[in-house]
Amino acid sequence: MVTDSQHPLFLAAQKRILILDGAMGTMIQKHKLEEEAYRGERFKDWHCDVKGNNDLLVLSQPELIYQIHCEYLEAGADILETNTFNATTIAMADYDMQSLSDEINREAARLAKRAAEKFSTPDKPRFVAGVLGPTNRTASISPDVNDPGKRNVSFDELVKAYASSCHALIEGGSDLIMLETIFDTLNAKAAVFAVESVFDELGKRLPVMVSGTITDASGRTLSGQTAEAFYYSMRHVTPFSFGLNCALGPDLLRQYVDEVAGVAECLVSAHPNAGLPNEFGEYDMEGPEMAEHIGEWARAGLVNIVGGCCGSTPEHIRCIADAVSGVTPRALPEFAPKMRLSGLEPFVH
Amino acid sequence: MSAEFSSFINIGERTNVTGSAVFKRLILNGDYEKALDVARQQVENGAQIIDINMDEAMLDSVEAMRTFLNLIASEPDISRVPIMIDSSKWEVIETGLKCVQGKAIVNSISLKEGEENFIHQAKLIKRYGAATVVMAFDEKGQADTKTRKVEICQRSYKVLTEQVGFPPEDIIFDPNIFAVATGIEEHDNYAVDFIEATKEIRATCPHVHVSGGLSNISFSFRGNNPVREAMHSVFLYHAIRAGMDMAIVNAGQLEVYDEIPDELREAVEDVILNRRSDGTERLLDLAPKYQGDGKAAAKEDLSWREQPVNKRLEHALVKGITDYIIDDTEEARQQAEKPLHVIEGPLMDGMNVVGDLFGEGKMFLPQVVKSARVMKKAVAHLQPYIEAEKTDDTKSNGKILLATVKGDVHDIGKNIVGVVLQCNNFEVIDLGVMVPCATILQTAIDEDVDMIGLSGLITPSLDEMVHVAKEMERQGFTMPLLIGGATTSKAHTAVKIEQNYHAPVAYVANASRAVGVCQKLLNKGTRDIYAAELTTEYEKVRDQHARKQPRSRPVTLDEARQNAFTPDFSELPCVPNTLGVTPVTADLATLRKYIDWTPFFLTWSLAGKYPRILNDEVVGEQARELFEDANAMLDTVIADGSLTAKGVMGLFPANRVGDDIEVYQDDSRSEVIGVSHHLRQQTLKQGFANYCLSDFVASKTSGIKDYIGAFAVTGGIGEDELADKFKDNGDDYNSIMAKAVADRLAEAFAEYLHEQVRKHYWGYARDEALDNDALIREKYQGIRPAPGYAACPEHTEKQLIWDLLDAETHTGMKLTESYAMWPGASVSGWYFSHPQSRYFAVAKIQQDQLEDYARRKGWSLDEAERWLAPNLND
Repeated sequence: MVTDSQHPLFLAAQKRILILDGAMGTMIQKHKLEEEAYRGERFKDWHCDVKGNNDLLVLSQPELIYQIHCEYLEAGADILETNTFNATTIAMADYDMQSLSDEINREAARLAKRAAEKFSTPDKPRFVAGVLGPTNRTASISPDVNDPGKRNVSFDELVKAYASSCHALIEGGSDLIMLETIFDTLNAKAAVFAVESVFDELGKRLPVMVSGTITDASGRTLSGQTAEAFYYSMRHVTPFSFGLNCALGPDLLRQYVDEVAGVAECLVSAHPNAGLPNEFGEYDMEGPEMAEHIGEWARAGLVNIVGGCCGSTPEHIRCIADAVSGVTPRALPEFAPKMRLSGLEPFVH
Repeated sequence: MSAEFSSFINIGERTNVTGSAVFKRLILNGDYEKALDVARQQVENGAQIIDINMDEAMLDSVEAMRTFLNLIASEPDISRVPIMIDSSKWEVIETGLKCVQGKAIVNSISLKEGEENFIHQAKLIKRYGAATVVMAFDEKGQADTKTRKVEICQRSYKVLTEQVGFPPEDIIFDPNIFAVATGIEEHDNYAVDFIEATKEIRATCPHVHVSGGLSNISFSFRGNNPVREAMHSVFLYHAIRAGMDMAIVNAGQLEVYDEIPDELREAVEDVILNRRSDGTERLLDLAPKYQGDGKAAAKEDLSWREQPVNKRLEHALVKGITDYIIDDTEEARQQAEKPLHVIEGPLMDGMNVVGDLFGEGKMFLPQVVKSARVMKKAVAHLQPYIEAEKTDDTKSNGKILLATVKGDVHDIGKNIVGVVLQCNNFEVIDLGVMVPCATILQTAIDEDVDMIGLSGLITPSLDEMVHVAKEMERQGFTMPLLIGGATTSKAHTAVKIEQNYHAPVAYVANASRAVGVCQKLLNKGTRDIYAAELTTEYEKVRDQHARKQPRSRPVTLDEARQNAFTPDFSELPCVPNTLGVTPVTADLATLRKYIDWTPFFLTWSLAGKYPRILNDEVVGEQARELFEDANAMLDTVIADGSLTAKGVMGLFPANRVGDDIEVYQDDSRSEVIGVSHHLRQQTLKQGFANYCLSDFVASKTSGIKDYIGAFAVTGGIGEDELADKFKDNGDDYNSIMAKAVADRLAEAFAEYLHEQVRKHYWGYARDEALDNDALIREKYQGIRPAPGYAACPEHTEKQLIWDLLDAETHTGMKLTESYAMWPGASVSGWYFSHPQSRYFAVAKIQQDQLEDYARRKGWSLDEAERWLAPNLND
């Protein structure tokens, strides 16, 4: 795609492995914020509890989020993810804050952009990926085991929500759009549809990063696709990068990253969790250990963009950046043009 | 077999309300559950994509499409394949696109309503992430001549690729298949037009595909399926050669081109290719002859029907005849005081006769299994009457749990044991294949069984059996444990299993031993005595095993490598004609000719070489009967498509590095895409080399460009379903037969494909001309060793074959965690072409090679010990 191959980030990716930031949730948790802090001055009279609405913090505690962004940039991140994982109207409905969705997306992008600009140098420009999360609903899985044909969200509803968030993210200054933690491909296809429509409307394109989640050792997404089948479902957006994040630690994720590296014509990204959560829900894997795994992936030629998901900290990112520094990034493969279809499994003809 | 054929895709046509009356009725009645079964069957029958169409006037098509696709999303057996969303209404198509997470195909769009609409729809399809069928249809109408077909498709191609940016490989042209032999002269050239247009379209529109709705062609012969199927096959035969690479077909109903009677094929070909003006009349004249399949049944000797009922039951049991069993059982029931007495009386008497004859060697295993089928039917008939009487005093000889252990899928032998035990009045709980230890033990407790029997065929299963035995000990079990299956042995049972479990452990060499062992172990009077005998016997075996000297002394790995085999490379290795991966198929009618029958008879415990065995004095008659039944099964599966063969092979540049073989992406040899690890013989050899398979490949340092091949084939797509179907009908005999036949087909496929590789794909033996007997005796150049067997005994290497070939995608074949292949009827292996390459057994290896191999594989020592256990000294 013309836009992507001339993008400064793509040019940088030719030379080195790019670094994505780490977890936002874990960093926020460290501050042990209470209901009052989440509300801040502006929402002190909100009619329901908002504790846990991390995305709201871009409005109620912007400096805190800005600080976390800065810590990741200091650790070496090339790409920041906006704090908008749950900022679609659909996910915000949990707090009855649908009406704030656009504002949160826009402000989150601005905050990240401010941090990125502060750290940008001509040698190492920093970028902001506007994050579109998976939402808390599934377009291809029934919420009711007794009624497998039922759905709690439609494709059209998802397109509407994603289009509105995408608009706001671009308005706030996002350099890229990132669909992440995809566990239901149909949700992500709706996001692609929305993003493409917004690009059409604005008359410009941003690079799109796509990152899915392999839920467990079955090697499939929650909606049942293998990594390869999932890629074929998504490649019509001609992604800037395609990869996997969350759910598994680097040890368990490797084989699926390998699978993706074998089929993706674009850059490959990976940002695993810092291991699996222990009995207390904490992530135990320290930075050096995580970096050891990811360094090996890099040397094996599997990846172009790496970072961390749940449980990772600026320390993890620093270790990872060290580990992949100087390692040649994965070369882009070329495949014969073939019809690449998928159901839950890939089908190439 | 040709590359065109192997890459032909069949799209299931049954989930289409316009084409299937059954499906339409189900949807109109809102019976979506049964409608899902239709979809599932298609996938099971080999449809690689399923077409879904809800265009029916009486139906809210949008709602029906949404409902059905949402339901399919919850059925992984169906939704694993891509969906073709088929409708003439854009609204229905768009609804469908919003329901599928996979990358689907739209069927169809066209220039019918002008370019603007066409472009609009194509853009949306691209945005939804789907491929599309494009009909040869424009503002003027549907294309019927070659010129119109080509013209419209080329115009569509230009619009799609230049104005929409649609990927050409995602375009599937449908140049319209119309009915021929309609009696209207203008229709006579329709098939030729399609075929020639296809050729032109493929040549001028790079990367596109061509598809069509096959059943249209034979529309005028509705009601005469044999002729229709012949027309479909002939049409496909020519269209595929012209470049048609997909079609909407009923995969289960395609006659094999070569199997069509000459006379009929000739007449059909005349019509399809429009070779003569009276073609239609001639086919019409011929058609009635092929209507139905009118075979005359052979006359049976029915004199035994004159005998009293008890004798008739005995006769039916001994001869394995099910035709009259229900009537006879009913007659016996009416005469008996209680229904149970029929079982205890005449039926058990009959089975005792069977047991005696079997014991005396006058009846053979397959017959016993057939007898069991008769018995089951009779008992099933009596069951409701017995239940009604509520007499709860039926006592079986004992309850036995059977299972093929985790990681293994082989169950022919276990099933035979199950049937034989049931014949002898044991109650059998068969947990099937790939059963985890926890399930076995929990079921044993829940069902309060008297004994557990474990089975397995591949070597890693041995370890799993040891694990189960240890778990039984840990959890305080006291019931006896039976061990059986092809890789098990008395020695392994004695050395590795028996010591881990304090209760009796018995190795059962074959099915006919099972009854005796079970009776002795479950009878209170004999159990302790027999257990003591077993203990003593295994003690002795262990003792012998420990004292056993290796026949020749081991050498170090270095010494073995010094004595490696150095083949003559003065003639450079032949460069394969086809490098890379090639999916292959073969019709079963062809494979049938390649079957090696001798192992088939062994499966049924009949020893002797085929074809001599058919005239053997002792087992000849039984062998002939078995052979007939196997051939009847082959006829059936060939006719109804319930079994299919799939395979994939690849030929790659490769060179030896140490004992490993590096496999390269292409002939530049710069990118290693896999490393095949091999083991070297490690005993002292006099006058022979210490062989390792990698010896047969030129070393990297030699600079010689050498090659290696890999293959994976199965004859068992559908075997589980077929076997289960028989089993559910109480027909264990045919259930086992189905698997045994699938097994043979897989082996035959491997033999056939190897020949194709030697002659064509690789082409190093272009002029080879060997008959099947010579093939079975491996009189050809080159070898095809299989991981898990003597020359490359380590099973995990199959993974590399799977990876190199992308075997699962191409064939649906899978590897279990123990690297057993599924379906069970599968074969995989390597191809070596060097004239001096030969089979050998690695046998025992030493600690230094174990460590070396672990390092090469990137394994811990523990892991290496586990996978190489059969090749290590105990």
